[in-house]
Amino acid sequence: MAARILVGTRKGTFIVEKSAAGLWQPRLVGHAGTGVNFVARDPYTGRLWALLGHGHWGAKLSISDDEGATWADAPSQIKYPEGARYIAQDMYEDAASEYGVGWRISTKPAALAKLWIIGFGPGGSVYVGTIPGGLFVSRDGGAHFELNRPLWNHESRGGDLFSGEGTGETKWFGTPASEGGDFAPGIHSIVVDPRNPQRVLVAVSTAGVIETLDGGQTWHSRNKGMILDHTPEPEAEWGHDTHFIELSPGDPDHVWQQNHVGVYYSADGAATWRKVSRPEQGVHFGFPITAHPTRGRTAWVVPGRSDQQRMTIDGGLFVARTEDGGETWQALRNGLPQSCAYDVVYRHALANAGDVVTFGSTTGNLYISEDGGDGWQAVAHNLPPIYSVRFA
Amino acid sequence: MIAVRLTRHLYSFFPHLEGVDLAVEAATVADVVRALEARAPGIGFYICDELGRLRTHVNIFIGTRMVRDRRGLSDAVAAGDTVHILQALSGG
Repeated sequence: MAARILVGTRKGTFIVEKSAAGLWQPRLVGHAGTGVNFVARDPYTGRLWALLGHGHWGAKLSISDDEGATWADAPSQIKYPEGARYIAQDMYEDAASEYGVGWRISTKPAALAKLWIIGFGPGGSVYVGTIPGGLFVSRDGGAHFELNRPLWNHESRGGDLFSGEGTGETKWFGTPASEGGDFAPGIHSIVVDPRNPQRVLVAVSTAGVIETLDGGQTWHSRNKGMILDHTPEPEAEWGHDTHFIELSPGDPDHVWQQNHVGVYYSADGAATWRKVSRPEQGVHFGFPITAHPTRGRTAWVVPGRSDQQRMTIDGGLFVARTEDGGETWQALRNGLPQSCAYDVVYRHALANAGDVVTFGSTTGNLYISEDGGDGWQAVAHNLPPIYSVRFA
Repeated sequence: MIAVRLTRHLYSFFPHLEGVDLAVEAATVADVVRALEARAPGIGFYICDELGRLRTHVNIFIGTRMVRDRRGLSDAVAAGDTVHILQALSGG
């Protein structure tokens, strides 16, 4: 049974372990006072990685090679290369306009605004997703990182701006999750196919799901079946607001997605998606999703009420689980507060290791189930706002 | 020589600088940052982003005058100046 959870919070990194007496106990292990967007363990090397967002001092990669006892800045930090630019869309004050504002498309030099997600592959592969919209790749365990240029220069975002002005048009939109306030795209999901590490899926707010089959040399949209039901072009190839994707490592054709417009499921490796929301049961809007390690048709979400409110439904916190590919959902409430509970759960703050499922909220509550979600216990109520939970 | 004073906050990331008399040869503030980077690899990326711009919530003073070129740190410094590097106090 998984007995250790890494927790990234607004004020530091915590490790939660199960004591010999059977109690889950959190402890602060590093980065006190610093925002920690994501913490994970590289399963191939055992190294712990924390993605930091210093308020004043920028985003930094931090590593621990002693299971979290000590941390240090990674020797290679993520930096956009000279000449990296992206097409941005900004509203600006314009006294000459009858509306008082203008809308401007411009190319901007890229500078790191946020480290958002890290993923791992065999042979020293480490992937980091950033705002603005960068995928940085290391093939030597993190000693060096390089921007993946085929994705950065993708035609869907205006082409190669290193060598020219490109098409001048991007189909990637922004996310408000940037720490600097810029409304720029962000890569928040990285999935390496356990059968074939040359195949990687990433997901972008706001563009959708993108796949490479050749180790990052070429990239293609994987948004078929997703519906932008709030826009004039519902079946557009791009512009999808994927909140998070995860596949079942032991059953990897099964990929799950929590999207702004509902829950999607793919049984063919993200080639096509099917909406499996059940709004009448509250299963529709949310941020995180997690797929069972071996049973591909099983997944969990933590629903919220609508994109307008982004709150628990009627003040009652619940997890929803499907075991049949989204045909039916069970609301799991046993042990979770059912009144005056307004926990918000971010996209990286839900994880499972089979029977053990955990999630943390922006109100500093950390919940664990040891029976697949049937029953829950709160193991902390007063942590800082929780950004991520991952088993390690 | 240019004397350099750092906010205590930076010492928490670069503890080996604490208590050290930081004096560098420099003609501009950018030179000061480069000299600090040589003493404490990584510190330049705390002060500036990868485009060389002073981070939004970081300030540098030459004596009592705030640096003017936040994009390139071309402000001149002269022997005897003290350069202060600190985080902006932007509300509490």
